[in-house]
Parts: sequence; C-alpha cells; structure tokens
Amino acid sequence: MSFYDQWAAILIGTVVGFLLVFSALVGAKLLAPYARERAKGVSYECGMLPLGRNWTQVHVRYYLIAILFLLFDVETVFIFPWAVTFLGLPEFVLYQIIIFIVILGLGLVYAWRRGVLEWR
Amino acid sequence: MIEGAGPVAAFWGLSALTLLAAGGVVVSRNLFHAVLFLIVVFLGIAGFFLLLSADFLAMAQVIIYVGAIAVLILFAIVLTPRASRDNAETRMAPVALVAGVAVAGLLIPAILDAEWRTLSSAPALPVSDLGRELLGVWVLPFQLASVLLTAALVGAVVLVRSPREEREEIDEEERR
Repeated sequence: MSFYDQWAAILIGTVVGFLLVFSALVGAKLLAPYARERAKGVSYECGMLPLGRNWTQVHVRYYLIAILFLLFDVETVFIFPWAVTFLGLPEFVLYQIIIFIVILGLGLVYAWRRGVLEWR
Repeated sequence: MIEGAGPVAAFWGLSALTLLAAGGVVVSRNLFHAVLFLIVVFLGIAGFFLLLSADFLAMAQVIIYVGAIAVLILFAIVLTPRASRDNAETRMAPVALVAGVAVAGLLIPAILDAEWRTLSSAPALPVSDLGRELLGVWVLPFQLASVLLTAALVGAVVLVRSPREEREEIDEEERR
C-alpha cells in the first residue's frame, strides 16, 4: 500500500475538520449581529461591578476527577492493541481483558463509594 | 520513511506547525492559551510518529499527551492559587535561557555527530502483533498494570479526601 493510500483518509479528515471549524467561525462572524459596546464586557448586566480578579481557586477535590480521567485514559492505551486484533486471538484473552477492566472498575467503585463523583 | 513529495511536504508542514505552536507557548500571555498551544505541539509530535510509521506510538502520544498530560496541566493551573499571574516575565528568564542554551549545546552536536543509519525497509511492528504479545507472553505485567492504576486511584482518593474533610462534609449536610 502506498503512502497516499495509507494516509489519504487522514489528510481528507484533517482538511475537512479545519474547513468545518473555519467556516463555522467565518459564518458566525458574517451572519451574527454584533455590537461593539464597552458595557458588554461587564459580568452582570445592571448589577454591581464585580470586585477583584476573575480568578477563583478551584477546590482540590476536583483534582480527583482529573485523576479518574487519567487512569481510564491510560487504560485505553492498554486496551487499544487488543481491540485491533481481538477477533484473531484465543478465547482466554477476552477473559484477560475482562479481568483487566474489572480490576480498574473496582477502583472506580471505591471512588464512587467515597463520594468522589458527587459534585458539590 | 517512504520517499516522495507527500512525506516531505508532510514533514515540513508538521515542522512548521510544531515550531509555531511551540513559539506560541512561550509568547502567549494567557496561561490557558499557552496550554492550548502546547496541545498543538503534542499533536505535531504525534504527526511525526505517524510519518515514521510508528502508528501505535502516535496513538499513545495523542491519548497520553493530548488527553492526559494536557488535562493534568490544565488542572494544575486551575488549582494553583496564584496562577492568575499570567505567563508574564519572570526573574527566572535568564536562568531558563542559560538552561535552554546548555541543553541545545548538548543536543545539537550529538544530533549532528550521530551516525543515522537508515533502513531500506522499515521493520513493520503492527499494533496487532503488539496486542498478541502483550496478552500472550506479557499478560502478567499487563494485569499488574491495571492493579497499579487502581492503586494510584485509591491513593489519590485517600490523599485528597482525608477523614477529617469527610467528617466536615457530613457535619455540613446535617446542619442544613
């Protein structure tokens, strides 16, 4: 398979993706009504002017959400090589993958029980 | 790498994209914009892996760096109390410059000096073979990886949610 056959789909996907985003931005610029007004930058219309900076520190507990995402992200990397070939593999491999996912699922259940997933 | 106009054009395009984005990381005043530029750099590197026909590496680069590392950096910014001081000049700039020049001075001669042997036909390492090996010979380390990930998750939960904090939260709910 030549280079072009191999990557033509990705090239087309990239170009179409850029075109989609670009056309959406340009379309919004052309079609949307737009008024340049200083008051538009104010946080609350007809309200008090906010004091201080627009930066609040996020509570550390939300870090766990990032960690959770990270772990299952890494899990994807491990599952990917299996997902490409799972039809040609012997049956016990399927159980291996299930064990793999269940072990990580136990971690998720633990986090759930400790109330990590609750948004407060 | 396969010769021809396509790969060469892709190489230069990716190089330009990666270098421009890397410049954007340094120049942009907003820390968030810097991170977004950094994501583009990661994607460019993934493109280089694709050019070298290392498709699994490219996939891992996208998932780990664009997905995980970028999210970690974003959270690090959001959780840092003084991150509102943006990507401005710091007193560390000369130190960083010296360190950068030192690293470049180390790497550039090494790159120029190295004997780059090229193979006429690259040894193919399809992802499918990788999966077969990973789940055949190396299945125990594979399972240990999931145990490790779970241990990391439990450790993070224990660190962030101390018993004291949980008691406080319960008290808060009872007061309501």
